[in-house]
Amino acid sequence: MTRPLSFYIHIPYCVKRCGYCDFNTYTPGELKPGSDIAQVSNGYIDLLIQEGKIARSDVKTDKPIPTIFFGGGTPTLMEPVDLGRVLNSLETDFGFASDIEITIEANPDTVSSAKLAALREIGINRISFGMQSAVPHVLAVLDRTHNPENVIKATTWAREVGFEQVSVDLIYGAPGESLEDWEDTIDAALTLPITHISAYALIVESGTKLAAQVKRGEVIIPEDDQTADKYLMADEKFKKAGFNWYELSNWAKPKGECRHNIAYWEGADWWGLGPGAHSHLNGKRFWNVKHPTAYRESLEAEQSPVMDSEKLTLAEIESERVMLEIRLPRGLEKSSLSSPSLARLESYLTGGQISQEQWDQGRISLTISGRLMADRIVREILL
Amino acid sequence: MPAIDLAKAPQPGSTDPAQIRNFCIIAHIDHGKSTLADRMLGITEVVELRNMRAQYLDRMDIERERGITIKSQAVRLPWRSGIDGQEYILNMIDTPGHVDFTYEVSRSLAACEGAVLLVDCAQGIEAQTLANLYLAMENNLTIIPVLNKIDLPAAQPEKFAEELAKLIGCQPEDCLRVSGKTGAGVTELLDQIVKQIPAPVGDANAPARALIFDSVYDTYRGVVTYVRVVDGHLSTRDQIQMFSTGVRHEMLEVGVISPEPVVSKGLGVGEVGYVITGVKDVRQSRVGDTITTYHNPTKKALAGYKDPMPMVFSGLFPLDGAEYPMLREALDKLQLNDAALVYEPETSAALGFGFRCGFLGLLHMEIVRERLEREAGLSLISTAPSVVYRVVRGDGKELIVTNPSEFPNDKIEAVFEPIVRATVLAPAEFIGAIMELCQERRGALLGMDYLSEDRVEIRYTLPLAEIVFDFFDQLKSKTRGYASLDYEPIGEAEGDLVKVDILLQSEGVDAFSAIVHKDKAYAYGVMMTGKLRKLIPRQQFEVPIQAAIGSRIIARESIRAIRKDVLAKCYGGDISRKRKLLEKQKEGKKRMKMVGRVEVPQEAFIAALTTDADVDKAKAKAKG
Repeated sequence: MTRPLSFYIHIPYCVKRCGYCDFNTYTPGELKPGSDIAQVSNGYIDLLIQEGKIARSDVKTDKPIPTIFFGGGTPTLMEPVDLGRVLNSLETDFGFASDIEITIEANPDTVSSAKLAALREIGINRISFGMQSAVPHVLAVLDRTHNPENVIKATTWAREVGFEQVSVDLIYGAPGESLEDWEDTIDAALTLPITHISAYALIVESGTKLAAQVKRGEVIIPEDDQTADKYLMADEKFKKAGFNWYELSNWAKPKGECRHNIAYWEGADWWGLGPGAHSHLNGKRFWNVKHPTAYRESLEAEQSPVMDSEKLTLAEIESERVMLEIRLPRGLEKSSLSSPSLARLESYLTGGQISQEQWDQGRISLTISGRLMADRIVREILL
Repeated sequence: MPAIDLAKAPQPGSTDPAQIRNFCIIAHIDHGKSTLADRMLGITEVVELRNMRAQYLDRMDIERERGITIKSQAVRLPWRSGIDGQEYILNMIDTPGHVDFTYEVSRSLAACEGAVLLVDCAQGIEAQTLANLYLAMENNLTIIPVLNKIDLPAAQPEKFAEELAKLIGCQPEDCLRVSGKTGAGVTELLDQIVKQIPAPVGDANAPARALIFDSVYDTYRGVVTYVRVVDGHLSTRDQIQMFSTGVRHEMLEVGVISPEPVVSKGLGVGEVGYVITGVKDVRQSRVGDTITTYHNPTKKALAGYKDPMPMVFSGLFPLDGAEYPMLREALDKLQLNDAALVYEPETSAALGFGFRCGFLGLLHMEIVRERLEREAGLSLISTAPSVVYRVVRGDGKELIVTNPSEFPNDKIEAVFEPIVRATVLAPAEFIGAIMELCQERRGALLGMDYLSEDRVEIRYTLPLAEIVFDFFDQLKSKTRGYASLDYEPIGEAEGDLVKVDILLQSEGVDAFSAIVHKDKAYAYGVMMTGKLRKLIPRQQFEVPIQAAIGSRIIARESIRAIRKDVLAKCYGGDISRKRKLLEKQKEGKKRMKMVGRVEVPQEAFIAALTTDADVDKAKAKAKG
């Protein structure tokens, strides 16, 4: 029995870097002063195709690809025909499942109706727009360039050109964001023609411009309690509008769940193409060299771009399972945990963080207040 | 050439007392005693130049690093006087320089006829030196005043010669001027020791009496006991007996230190040397005790023997509970060499298993802790130091309390606390600051004298408990480091004292309880609850923190329940990163101590039990 293999395809380019972002992405100027995206990404697609061939020879799966995800960076900076070449190559080598889900992340500023149509044309059927916020001062603090109006246009066009699944990403808890600001963002998102919402509490990652601003005291991160209130508000409003949570930070209309992400949380196999991309094959994790130049050089030298790998121990596999599955509504099977672990959860049961109803049916499933404490509960289980 | 070939020098066991001079050096920590001692070893040629190393006589790493002498030692130096051309044997008895070891100092002094009072002539005399000088004068020792470090540009020999002259009643020109560093004046000093210090006097035919002035544990030899023979003779053939216990020991070896051990047939009147009996524990060979012979015992002990009295108590707990047996082992080992260290097992609800330890004073406590951490590789939490309280309960019964958690909660008739007489020496400009500090610490002024135009000696009685709590650090910071402090216990006094308990979720945390003066209870409660609120992370539930005297709450704070403990994103590359973070957090969780249901990080205990001064010290150490 072989396992199906999903693909993550990394596009490490952005027009500019946002202040909160710690992703592996580069502006053209960072890579080569004075160059533009067309020059910098020249040949990049060929490298992805070349790495795809490595995946084909390394992985013995006979299953067709269930999901593909273009992430970044800003994948929509690439020409749709170029993205199409990667897809063709993967389809030739692995085959596509009949219900394949192919997602692309998009900046609402860099798409047009025609471009979206072209993306749909090459087989991409799910699109996720980085909306982040509907409030100008929040967008400004996040260093985002777009006009909130663009999101309305972009999502509408996406539906018009035939994307069945349209998602927006939201960020809450940014410096200066009030509870009312967040409510405005939620309300704005819920007017859009979308099927899916990801909403993330802002994480101040070390090494970002935002982290430096926080350290210098230029901006103040809102208290965790307010951020918790924002989560409660979002969950309530999303639910009312027909979006159900299917992972801690993800809500979807029925059948609107992102299957690619579910693959991550269920411990499926995937291969990440591109610099810095991570892969997972049945308990083995490996990741590529981080810089696009280093990535190009190893592939041009006919070498593997893998930088390092780890073989997970059984205990580590179990840690990951608990850590990931607890984020999903069905949670963990009680019988999969030791009795001391279960005993330590009693106080969360009485505290209302774990659903009593599910517990009685043999499952550990987090209530809304429990979801906000998921990491703590994981530590309690794994201690 | 005043040095004498060792082989031709008068031999141990058969040296005429008239040729012997026994002396010690009284000096403050950094006034150059060890350097002067090194120089004497060199000039008398008992140590060859190529074998010389700095602080030759200080054996422990801690001694060399801190530049202080904890344990004394005696060195036999042959010397031909440049004045009369005769041969002499000088026994230099090295004394500890700190207030905590006053008793050991007094026994070292009792083994001598004279003392070199060594003062850094850039700094002047310090309080502890003054205290030891008074001890020496009480013992009727001949004092030779010596100004050291005359080579320093900042030296003010005239000024401090006057100070010394005033203190010991001599003329300023009687003060010798030396430099241990360059060797200037050291030959003259050796000659003056011969000339001024009287030879020992004793009855060679009387039953043997030898004073133990030091006792050191050696891994290979067992206990090495340093003695000064007063009467009679000790020889390898004898069986010896400890006067205080009557216990008999075989004498395995007798010898002198010069400065490496030299075995001899015996030790006669006035001589200083060592004996080895195979005893494994210094408590069986106590400083101050009298050694006599079993077959011809003396009936009269030498005066002055005292059991060491611990003055300061603190709980020592291993950070990692699994290290408890190692801590026990390390304490057992340390006690072989430190008769003053006492300890008994203690269980703290908050800190687990540990030991309640008694120390002579704060420095002794610091040294013991440092040796445990360094030599046994342990990480320790020590609770705030406490003194010994005598509590008279409502029913008239008495209770000795060395641990705040033993302080009774029911009706109390009276509490007595130890009182010390403290002497502070400082430049006159700091009089106001010093008095303010002493007043604040419940002190009563005894008197004040000018040592010189601009230096004063201020005397106070103070509760020991006030000194134990960062007094010295405060004194140093209020006087820009110029003040020096000495204190001696003078008894006890009734105090208006209460126990303040700290409660987390209504549960007392024994490690944070303190016995404080009633007027300071509120401040302690506010300080401690405030500190803990900042140190203890938010929990699954609200945690009230209260300070209470008995059932009366005097201060409160509250830690709100945590509501969010989750990272929002968890995709492909996040997964291993998050798992590794989780492993780290799990390790952190293991190091948490549970107080009831509250998780308290170890760091919180350490930070809460540490004074700001300690934190500064730790920082300074880290930088150094």
